Amino acid sequence: MSSTADLDLVVNGERVTAPARPGDTLLDVLRGPLGLTGAKAGCREGECGACTVLLDGLAVNACLTLAWTCAGREVVTVEGLSRDGVLSPVQRAFVDAWAVQCGFCTPGMVLQATALLARNPDPTPEEARRGIEGNLCRCTGYGRIVEAIRAAAAAGRANP
Amino acid sequence: MPVTAFHAPSSLADALALLAAGGRPVAGGTDLVVELAAAPDGGPPGALVSLHRLAELRSVAVEDGDLVMGAGVTVATLREHPLVREHAPVLAQAADRFAGPQVRNAATLGGNLCHASPAADLAPPLLVLDAVVVLAGGEGGEAERRVPVDAFFVGPRRTARLPGELLTAVRVPLRGGRRASFQKGGTRPSMDISVVSVAASAELRDGVLRHARIALGAVGPTPLRSPAAEAVLEGAPATAATVAAAARAVLRDARPIDDVRASAAYRLHLLGVLAQRVIRDVIDR
Ligand SMILES: Cc1cc2nc3c(=O)[nH]c(=O)nc-3n(C[C@H](O)[C@H](O)[C@H](O)COP(=O)(O)OP(=O)(O)OC[C@H]3O[C@@H](n4cnc5c(N)ncnc54)[C@H](O)[C@@H]3O)c2cc1C
Ligand code: FES
Ligand code: FES
Repeated sequence: MSSTADLDLVVNGERVTAPARPGDTLLDVLRGPLGLTGAKAGCREGECGACTVLLDGLAVNACLTLAWTCAGREVVTVEGLSRDGVLSPVQRAFVDAWAVQCGFCTPGMVLQATALLARNPDPTPEEARRGIEGNLCRCTGYGRIVEAIRAAAAAGRANP
Repeated sequence: MPVTAFHAPSSLADALALLAAGGRPVAGGTDLVVELAAAPDGGPPGALVSLHRLAELRSVAVEDGDLVMGAGVTVATLREHPLVREHAPVLAQAADRFAGPQVRNAATLGGNLCHASPAADLAPPLLVLDAVVVLAGGEGGEAERRVPVDAFFVGPRRTARLPGELLTAVRVPLRGGRRASFQKGGTRPSMDISVVSVAASAELRDGVLRHARIALGAVGPTPLRSPAAEAVLEGAPATAATVAAAARAVLRDARPIDDVRASAAYRLHLLGVLAQRVIRDVIDR
């Protein structure tokens, strides 16, 4: 594949096609042609986690992921977490715990927390902190984010 | 590098043909994409050959007395894989201190070695485990050649890999009784490129250290072994005096520089402290 071509992938459960150049990142394609601006462009070098999305269920930095490696694969962005207007348990917990201030880190945090809980449904505070070691937040001081993750875990155990 | 094309071969033979035609391998992209973004128009244009569809590069197995890990195995897998934890726990230990979850999910063993940063965190553990890298392609076609990790790093960001070659696997000879440990120092516990890293391994028989290895990261042009410290440890009693002498000897093989992350003086200080810790850990394990 050289120059711009049509890239087929599954985003938030839907098959989509978007024009992509050979060196484009997944973040370029999501925020550009697909118009999904939930994944944020913070540092564009893997440091901040604001661009975190799920690729085949694993959290990755969309800014470091070459778009064409996603051909035919499943991507989930923050836009895909709610169902029929109902927030996911992790989203709900972030709102309830006031884990959001400016909100720039939030989509990445929520997706990373979602990936963490899928693997570890009952993280200790330390495990929750390590779970978000690749996500920076300049506002909250992280305390409420960790609380939100633990609350989402508890809610998940109550309503599996 | 202006990217002119993107290929995603599904067989090793196709990948080697694309590399022979001048393509550049890309695995997790966690070094390469950062590089592309920093200089999108720098260097000659080229095609990318993505390794993500090559299932044979992602296996972890024990074969002929070696732990064999495909070049495409991710750092997240190294951190958790039962065979790695059983036969090369020091590698899992380094993987645990590597970047954050998102980068660990993408970053690969082969990418870490081929990028060949002096601070590559998987290098010191592999050096103390006497690991060997397997290369295919280039002049040799599909034939494999093996290079000890020791001889693989030849300069800053330079390796013994020849044009067109692909690193396919890393082999660690299994050795019962070997103990090993890794420590990394940076400014914060997560998401940090090592300011200094150290790994050590040895066997302990009747209170005496044998087959001692000690390897250092971020204190020279490449990850390197410390012959001076290994000589102190070899055949020495497992005592506090040995630990102290070896930690002093390590400093003789380090050639750290001042850079944005730390001064050379701080690196040497930290190296002495971390070297004591890993050697003590090998003895006490
Ligand atoms: C935020 C962040 C944190 C990081 N933290 C750490 C850390 O804690 N410790 C650390 O050591 N590194 C760290 N890194 C660096 C990087 O993640 C690692 O070096 C990683 O292992 C590179 O692997 P990759 O698969 O992403 O390589 P890529 O970027 O895909 O490739 C790197 C280089 O190797 C070549 N290459 C890749 N695979 C092969 C192969 N099989 N055969 C031949 N050539 C190949 C590519 O052509 C390229 O030149 C970090 C990077 C980021 C962005
Ligand atoms: S924008 Fe991707 S990690 Fe910061
Ligand atoms: S809420 Fe502002 S960066 Fe986290």
